[in-house]
Amino acid sequence: MEVIKTDIAILGAGGGGLRAAIAVAEANPTLHVALISKVYPMRSHTVAAEGGAAGVAQDIDSLDNHFNDTVTGGDWLCDQDMVEMFVKEAPRQLTRIEQWGCPWSRDDDGSVSVRKFGGMKVARTWYAADKTGFHMLHTLFQTSIQFESIHRFDEFYATDLMIDDGRCQGVTAIEMRTGQMKLFLAKAVIIAAGGAGQIFPFTTNGSIKTADGMAMAYRAGVPLRDMEFIQYHPTGLPGTGILLTEGCRGEGGVLRNKDGYRYLQDYEMGPETPLGDPQPKTMELGPRDRLSQAFYHEQKKGRTVETIFGDAVHLDMTHLGEKKIEDRLPMVRMLAKTYIGVDMVKEPVPVRPVVHYTMGGIKTDLNGATLMQGLYALGECASSGLHGANRLGSNSLTELTVMGLMCGENAAGFAKEQAGKANESALEKQAADAEERVFSWVRKSGGGERPVTIRKEMHESMEQGVGIYREAGPIKATCDKIAELRDRYPNVQLEDRSNVYNTDLFSVLELGNLLDVAQTLSDGALARTESRGAHQRLDHPERDDENFLQHTLAYYSGKDAPRIEYEPVVITRSQPAERAYGGKAKNG
Amino acid sequence: MAEKTIEIEVLRYDPEKDAEPYFQTFTVPYVEHWVVLDALTYIKDEIDQSLTFRWSCHMAVCGSCGYNIDGEPHLGCKTFIRDFYPNKVRVEPLANFPIERDLVVVQDDFIEKFADIKPYIIRERHNTVDEGTYKQSRAELIKFKQYTMCINCLLCYSACPQYGLNPEFYGPASLSLAHRYNMDSRDEGREERMEVLAAEEGVWGCTFVGACSRACPKDVDPAGAIQQIKIAATSDWMKEKLMPWGKK
Repeated sequence: MEVIKTDIAILGAGGGGLRAAIAVAEANPTLHVALISKVYPMRSHTVAAEGGAAGVAQDIDSLDNHFNDTVTGGDWLCDQDMVEMFVKEAPRQLTRIEQWGCPWSRDDDGSVSVRKFGGMKVARTWYAADKTGFHMLHTLFQTSIQFESIHRFDEFYATDLMIDDGRCQGVTAIEMRTGQMKLFLAKAVIIAAGGAGQIFPFTTNGSIKTADGMAMAYRAGVPLRDMEFIQYHPTGLPGTGILLTEGCRGEGGVLRNKDGYRYLQDYEMGPETPLGDPQPKTMELGPRDRLSQAFYHEQKKGRTVETIFGDAVHLDMTHLGEKKIEDRLPMVRMLAKTYIGVDMVKEPVPVRPVVHYTMGGIKTDLNGATLMQGLYALGECASSGLHGANRLGSNSLTELTVMGLMCGENAAGFAKEQAGKANESALEKQAADAEERVFSWVRKSGGGERPVTIRKEMHESMEQGVGIYREAGPIKATCDKIAELRDRYPNVQLEDRSNVYNTDLFSVLELGNLLDVAQTLSDGALARTESRGAHQRLDHPERDDENFLQHTLAYYSGKDAPRIEYEPVVITRSQPAERAYGGKAKNG
Repeated sequence: MAEKTIEIEVLRYDPEKDAEPYFQTFTVPYVEHWVVLDALTYIKDEIDQSLTFRWSCHMAVCGSCGYNIDGEPHLGCKTFIRDFYPNKVRVEPLANFPIERDLVVVQDDFIEKFADIKPYIIRERHNTVDEGTYKQSRAELIKFKQYTMCINCLLCYSACPQYGLNPEFYGPASLSLAHRYNMDSRDEGREERMEVLAAEEGVWGCTFVGACSRACPKDVDPAGAIQQIKIAATSDWMKEKLMPWGKK
């Protein structure tokens, strides 16, 4: 097996991985960086983020406001030391993205524009029309080209972390073009491999979002934290699940039920705001969890609109006018026109909640360090403590820039200190085992399970058991189903025996990752007998701070279900209180 | 299976076992709202797991799923099978690139050229973080905004007859990206980039057929960018040769 010696291996070349790579290169240009990704950087799912990136930008705003909005939005499950660091660093790191050439939308005076976003008291979401993630990703990718110490390994599929002496010292990855396994020996490894949206059938997430990074860390013994908190974005296109940015509502779009009634006022988000004058933290600018939950109730009451793709509500932007829509929201206009045949300038667009973001992930501290020495993680695959039980829109793009910097700098520092010689023969033995495990799939015949069958059963069960609202019976059924699917998984049968770009193999490995991580979600949801943020239990409708003001930790336990433990939330200056929006939030 | 069906004819090629590419026809359900990519994923899930193609976002922004569809480069996620029904849909890999496997092409050449044109802000002195963001008026933003929209899907390379004839040619997406940085008010790297752009394999390789701009799914208009670089390069040349005192 070819051995590639590097100082820092980074898994994932989306916004987080690229930012981390640049941070390493700037901190110490003598360190060799291997940037490994199963797709070319510009295909990474950061590309699909639309609305913007949050960072205090106006004199009328303050870091305290951003802190309070984030902690309240997260229903007090945020680690407040992390939030404190984040809000302070956010404007600085977005400034760097500007200096690197990101084409932010601009005000008349040439400064970067900000827009209103859900759950944010003051407009602080920097945006580049409605393609903010796309522009940030391309800016970071293009900027990264100038650093000679960054060596990209595009279309390499990572399979296993290499661990010796309690320390992460490398990773194995398949060169997709040749089917050859390579061993990357590294002094530190950073995982920035994205979320787990593909666990669900109806998601805004691209096909590549298969929890690979989470699963690798989890199987290596690093706990996944708060996995039961899955964000439904309230405005996805029925059928495809394509996202219509929260910016639609930030710019003044409103939600109506089948009677044309702005139903959010019935769910403690009113009073109704005038058309064209969206008010912070009120009505359509409430947080995502509350809006998605309101949809569920409207559906139960029979007040949703029927479409060929199921029930929906109307996102009405017809009062905004073509000029504003073309200036601020040109891509989503195109998307709605193309995929559902509706021009938002002229008529309301049907939308429904759609799985969007994994709040939980690989547990890290605010330096991006995991519980394993030499292993760092950031972005959607990580749980830094920023998002708590419900992420506020536009905090995650900024998180990539802040935690990319933290991970890069800290990993660079750690790598510098590793003077000792690695036990290469032990690591090569591990890599050979990984190679054997992976390629036995290609050689194996018999078994008879089709991967698509297992994937569809997982999808159906997850949607039924751990959707927007949950209760013990259906959650338990999902836990049992996922355990059963994990038992059946070894019987999956490949049809493709080629070494060249074997997507049959990669998708089966991805399916294994999804199943392992799905179980942390279902089992975490069953154990958390309270309602908080995006985790809503019909059988336990209240928040229970006495027992569950705690993070869930899921530890890998081989063939068995994960071991669930808890740890306290870091609270510094914001004591848990009622989470108020609309009129009630006026004084908040 | 649904009552109506449609045939998808896909170019297959596995270098490990096929001497040359061949077409294989699959019959899939006809669903009015399906795009070509939906038909391909159906085939992969239900008929032949070995069918090989790239895709991810399904919303025309990641640039993964460029294929030649009925002989023309298109995104698989934005091309509806209803536009072909009841005729079959022929899906081939993008032209002008080596086939790696089935619909997957080797993109190394583009990736190298992309890096050569220095696609990043070049300045003698960068602002520090504490000095804050650069100001940029809306008029300045509009000058280059269009050229930032490229998703690197490579449809333009597939459409470009010049790139097909002369692989040394930098090609539409790389050249329009260079133009994007040249036109950015924050950038001072134009002269450095012009060394690459003004060479034979730079803008002068383009004969202004305009096929790239017609193929572009994001209205970037690379042909227009290349024309503008040509004008800039000519003006540079004139300043240098005819008015040497005019060169700074």
